[in-house]
Amino acid sequence: MHVIIENGRIIDPANQLDCVANLYLADGKIAAVTNPPDGFQADMRLDASGQIVCPGFIDLSTRLREPGQSRKATFKSEVIAAASSGVTTLCLQPDTSPVIDTPAVAELIKELANKAGYRQILPIAALTRKLEGNELSSMLALKQAGCIAVSNAGAPVTNLLILRRAMEYAASHDLLLIFRPNDYWLGNKGCAHEGAIATRYGLPGIPDAAETIALAHCLELAELTGCRVHFGQLSCKRSVIKIQQAQKYGLAVSADVAIHQLHLTENDMIPFDSAYHVLPPLRTEADKQFLRQGLASGTINCICSDHQPHDVDAKLGAFPETEPGISSLETLLPLTLKLVEQHAIDLQQAIAALSQHPADILRLNKGALTPGLPADICVFDPEREWQVNPSTWKSQGCNTPYWQHTLKGRVTHTLQAGKLIYRLHEPA
Amino acid sequence: MSTNLQLNAEGKLKHFLSIEGLDKTLLTEILDTAESFIGMNDQQIKKVPLLRGKTIVNLFFENSTRTRTTFELAAKRLSADVLSMSIATSSTSKGESLLDTIRNLEAMYVDMFVVRHGISGAAHFIAQQTAPHISVINAGDGQHAHPTQAMLDMFTIRQVKRDFAALRVAIIGDILHSRVARSQIQALNTLGVAEIRVIAPKTLLPAHVEKLGVTVCHDLPNGLQDIDVIIMLRLQKERMTSALLPSESEYFRCFGLTEQKLKIAKPDAMVMHPGPINRGVEIDSKVADGAQSVILKQVSNGIAVRMAIMAMAMQKQGRVA
Repeated sequence: MHVIIENGRIIDPANQLDCVANLYLADGKIAAVTNPPDGFQADMRLDASGQIVCPGFIDLSTRLREPGQSRKATFKSEVIAAASSGVTTLCLQPDTSPVIDTPAVAELIKELANKAGYRQILPIAALTRKLEGNELSSMLALKQAGCIAVSNAGAPVTNLLILRRAMEYAASHDLLLIFRPNDYWLGNKGCAHEGAIATRYGLPGIPDAAETIALAHCLELAELTGCRVHFGQLSCKRSVIKIQQAQKYGLAVSADVAIHQLHLTENDMIPFDSAYHVLPPLRTEADKQFLRQGLASGTINCICSDHQPHDVDAKLGAFPETEPGISSLETLLPLTLKLVEQHAIDLQQAIAALSQHPADILRLNKGALTPGLPADICVFDPEREWQVNPSTWKSQGCNTPYWQHTLKGRVTHTLQAGKLIYRLHEPA
Repeated sequence: MSTNLQLNAEGKLKHFLSIEGLDKTLLTEILDTAESFIGMNDQQIKKVPLLRGKTIVNLFFENSTRTRTTFELAAKRLSADVLSMSIATSSTSKGESLLDTIRNLEAMYVDMFVVRHGISGAAHFIAQQTAPHISVINAGDGQHAHPTQAMLDMFTIRQVKRDFAALRVAIIGDILHSRVARSQIQALNTLGVAEIRVIAPKTLLPAHVEKLGVTVCHDLPNGLQDIDVIIMLRLQKERMTSALLPSESEYFRCFGLTEQKLKIAKPDAMVMHPGPINRGVEIDSKVADGAQSVILKQVSNGIAVRMAIMAMAMQKQGRVA
């Protein structure tokens, strides 16, 4: 299968490319940019004029709710949402049911992914058995079964000796630890940022320190153990400062931020809007601005969706009793483009944060348009507006605070290993 | 949003969920309406037919004696039919079952829910979900609000002090866990007192408490200077086991109101407590039962104030004869 994507603006941060040109794909791989390879005969031509052509997006943190919670969402429903959002690789958090702590569960996920016709679902293995923070998981076996990294998802490893050993063991097998810093005790089962808003509404608060102290512990252990660590879903200013200092000091750590943390704050949930119930909680305007700066400076170099689809019941209740999370795959690109429009970052940085950098962190041979790499491609119209409503929404989880909002930036084509897995069918 | 939810299109009270979003005029109207009911307490027939034919359900997901009783009496004195339900909550009962409970009661054609729930935001949630003709009165939700308690406290303060403008009010104790304190602070600020001072150790104060519009003090004798109104809060026993305080006796030594400390405040300072009181923990018996105490007056006023709020919430929907 030979494909030409014609006349698009090609943005490929890894190769520092930004030009209007043709992109040639052959046999599932990138064949060439600009000039066709000798004797290239196209089986399919995609017109990308006025659109941006870039590497497909790699999402470092998603929950597709299978296995275990198919009433909330299924692979089938969520891979359509992913494909329609230009996401070609999904990393799956291990807090499924059962937990991804045995090779059998990793195999099951591979099978479900194949059945759903989406081959790039990369399971993240549990760091500890059942995510309970007590015993190590069979990390090597899980790696061999296709797990891309290890993580304890949102669950705490309260005993630092166990965390140390888990990191040493992960380092022995050259496994990346993806760590969402959260001190269980300081978090105190809170549901909102500990600050003026939580105080006013009598909501149990989670202080910044719950994140920064856990982060500091893990940074120290990263140095002690030599474990590669990527910090997931940072939410506050002092976390960014801590990462910045560690990087300056020479520690090879990286970090991502969930897209909603770059746009929303604690004020948005007033008074008790469960659509804004997320963990870590939405924090202050100052935190949001600092996260944006961290992204601009490269301290944080990835944006993830932190996609967490829910059924309706999960968000129906008094705020503290509702389940945290946003169904966020489909708003990932438009909200990232909004950062560009607001001059927080430039377009190259935005695309790199969604493709090149996550690929580098996971050591995946993708995230760029270099000839020979898998042809995972996203084509999008940066100017096209669309409304978030039941007719445009693909995810089974309708838990988005952006319901009825008009957003700018729409994916028109998504290719995975050269295969067209999504094409937008609405008239322009 | 909370403003819209509580008021109807004409700006009249529909639900009573929180003091937030209600202006001084409306709060004063509640106090004035309560004033008109207060005389009834001494009459032979303690009833008016304002809510005759209306069905009010007291929905108590959390235990309460005083609040439930006064709501029940208030409803009965307005001639409404009252059903009181105590629904024991367990940790497994989630939003779904709360909603199911509401839906089932709605199907029985009730007109008003009086809700007490252990989770902040529960009354808002019910008001959002319930049928449009039903009014919801918040009788305390989690650590968020207890607006009828705050209004009966305002009523009692006005009864004794006449005017709010010059008053310095101290709220003492467990502000962190207190829905009463949050509602009192909002009501006092809306009614325009000179100062609200919260006095407690840091462990019992929520983050950024000063942003509620209060000054903060960690020392009772200092904090009581120039104070006109002293509001003591109940200290729950579990605060000791969760490492917020070392012991009841140390708390009493630092923050317990005794006759001696009371002398630091203005000579005509009034002493309030939302009850139930812990004698010898936050307040000395001699003060609780003393001449400056209005604690029992608060309880009697509770009936009139709750009558006023219920009557207003029903009346403003044009459903009262």
